[in-house]
Amino acid sequence: MTQTKMTGAQILWECLVREGVTEVFGYPGGAILPAYDALLDFPIRHTLVRHEQGATHMADGYARATGRVGVAIATSGPGATNMVTGLATAMLDSSPIVCITGQVGSRLIGSDAFQEIDITGITLPVTKHNYLVTRPDDVAGVVREAFLVASSGRPGPVLIDITKDAQQASCTFDWDAAAPTRPGWRHAGRPAQAELAHAAALVNAAERPVILAGHGVLISGAVDALRTLAERGDIPVAVTLLGIGGLPASHPLNLGMMGMHGESWVNQAIQEADLLIACGMRFDDRVTGNLKTYAPHARKIHIDIDAAEINKNVRVDAGIVGDLREVLDRLTPAVAAAQRTGWREQIARQRGDAAVRDIQQLPDDGHLYAAHAINDLWRMTRGADTIVVTDVGQHQMWEAQYYHHESPRSLITSGGLGTMGFAVPAAIGAKRARPEAEVWAIVGDGGFQMTMCELATAVQEDLAIKVAIINNGFLGMVRQWQEFFYERRYAATPLSGPDFVKLAEAFGIRAAAVSTRAQVLPAIADARAHEGPVVIDFRVEQEDTVYPMVPAGADLHAMIRRPSPIVETAAD
Amino acid sequence: MNLYTFAIYVEDRPGVLNRVASLFRRRGFNIHSLAVGHSEVPGLSRMTAVIETDEGGARRAQAHLYKIINVVRVEDITGRPVIMRDLALIKVAADQTTRTCLMQLTQVFNARIVDVAPDSLVLEICGSEARIDGLLEVLRPYGVIEMVRAGRIAMERGSGAAEATVSPERAAAVEEGISYSV
Repeated sequence: MTQTKMTGAQILWECLVREGVTEVFGYPGGAILPAYDALLDFPIRHTLVRHEQGATHMADGYARATGRVGVAIATSGPGATNMVTGLATAMLDSSPIVCITGQVGSRLIGSDAFQEIDITGITLPVTKHNYLVTRPDDVAGVVREAFLVASSGRPGPVLIDITKDAQQASCTFDWDAAAPTRPGWRHAGRPAQAELAHAAALVNAAERPVILAGHGVLISGAVDALRTLAERGDIPVAVTLLGIGGLPASHPLNLGMMGMHGESWVNQAIQEADLLIACGMRFDDRVTGNLKTYAPHARKIHIDIDAAEINKNVRVDAGIVGDLREVLDRLTPAVAAAQRTGWREQIARQRGDAAVRDIQQLPDDGHLYAAHAINDLWRMTRGADTIVVTDVGQHQMWEAQYYHHESPRSLITSGGLGTMGFAVPAAIGAKRARPEAEVWAIVGDGGFQMTMCELATAVQEDLAIKVAIINNGFLGMVRQWQEFFYERRYAATPLSGPDFVKLAEAFGIRAAAVSTRAQVLPAIADARAHEGPVVIDFRVEQEDTVYPMVPAGADLHAMIRRPSPIVETAAD
Repeated sequence: MNLYTFAIYVEDRPGVLNRVASLFRRRGFNIHSLAVGHSEVPGLSRMTAVIETDEGGARRAQAHLYKIINVVRVEDITGRPVIMRDLALIKVAADQTTRTCLMQLTQVFNARIVDVAPDSLVLEICGSEARIDGLLEVLRPYGVIEMVRAGRIAMERGSGAAEATVSPERAAAVEEGISYSV
């Protein structure tokens, strides 16, 4: 290994190149200028964002679309603080990103210098780890370790704060000597055979098992292993929001999404199950409802790479800590091949009962419903290599219900933090990561207005994202809660906006407005045929509601169902 | 809620104490006592953290601690045969009429007088927290002017040790399924 003198800034980019980075998303400023100057000499493409939060979401979208580490870069002070929301978003959804921030000169630290802020202090709870680098000699080791930390175990965001003088000063660069050597570094252990045998015995003894598939299925690459287990044991699979795509939606054992806006038969199946096999999910409150009445008849197996998740929310009978794919590969052979026909038929009957309430079954009343538009988008794009990126709120739930994902990493959404404004920048990041894929951002008129400035990024960088605004003139999900729980007192939820068509056109983006069902398919077809970015303003029913709904903290089986003009059952 | 005592080996680097303290704060654990100092291994500090929680909370605290990459080893030494010590300096009002009594109490509690002034004494006591609390109790009527305590430190009796390295025993534990991730 040759040893050469380089500046800290050069070492930064050299290390990123060696880590396989080809794309970064960022915004320059004073304290990061030396790094930006050096960037011109390295084979890394920089996407200039319009707000640093956008850079973090783009890095996140890039990471989720590929599984590779996404990189965002910003200056000190406000540049760094604008990254906090994106870091927290990545933290809650275990997304591997590395954020690099400039910092004032090391001798100025602590002096409240211009654009100085303690970003490592601020981001401590929202990063997996963070670093303050004050010497060029430390850059290589920190960057190498940051990528390892971000991408291994349970992935997560890492922030590297580099002082301006550490970027400017020179030192000897030695890649090999900078290999991570943490004394405390540890990977998930291999679970003991006895633990797996115990889990397999629980599965074999179960008559009504349900697999709960979470984000870990995608992160671990356990899609095939999950399907093998499900098929071998004839075990129905319920997915979390972030577990969507872990099993093809069309697979006969895939029940669909569980939880607050999960389908009624999925939640009923969980409540009636005698065994839950939780795979890479964390029993979030949006999934369990009232913990006291959650899956009361079920024993529980919990497989997760993070030991701190075991017994956190739900007491389990078997907690297995390890990489999901490895665990399933070892567990499945010990699971007896079985036919659980009676159990599946029981669930199917509930499914049939629920189907009559589906908005797709209701007569066309001339209104445009978001569910229709989203379902039509699915019909048009099914079979294509499509990534859908959603924002947060009603449209996010409708997408999860009415867009049927067949493959992993085809849905990107902010689950844990529920970050409005995520969709448009994350879609840009996903498009950067997978330019050959058709990338749709589905976003409410509220979330869109939070980060719509990034449309300029899409234009400047020639990234042909397709944006479907589900425009109902309300902060819809909050309005829905006000409707159910606050006596329809619509405090601060009616929302105006610009003419989104004119707005998009001002950015130089092709745009259309859609207000009837008949216009939906032609608008989508036109958007798909157009080579550049497109915005469609779907002007949908204003006071529409996501059904079914488990009120926060309520029993999982106590769902508010869609009123059906066709069937009213005793349960209503 | 019970008190759980952890021996935590961490890298001796800036900010590590903050990471550990922040973890307890963020996850809602109440820190009863936290003492930090050098360990027998150069470059590693040893913390003794006493937190209020239950058994499940103690297991999660341990798992969360292991997710801090500067943390090398975490031992829950609650319930093990351990020597626990706290150190206190207590300044108590003392004049000619009370000084003799105070000196007798000092002897009874195996404490030491480390400073004598015309109107005060400073006592040093090293021992279990209960014994220090006991001394404090009897001193209060005389007028405790000031007190400082170092916080609980603990060590396992016998040759058992909360080793700072990943021992073969630990590797075996991992095989047994006691496994942690970062």
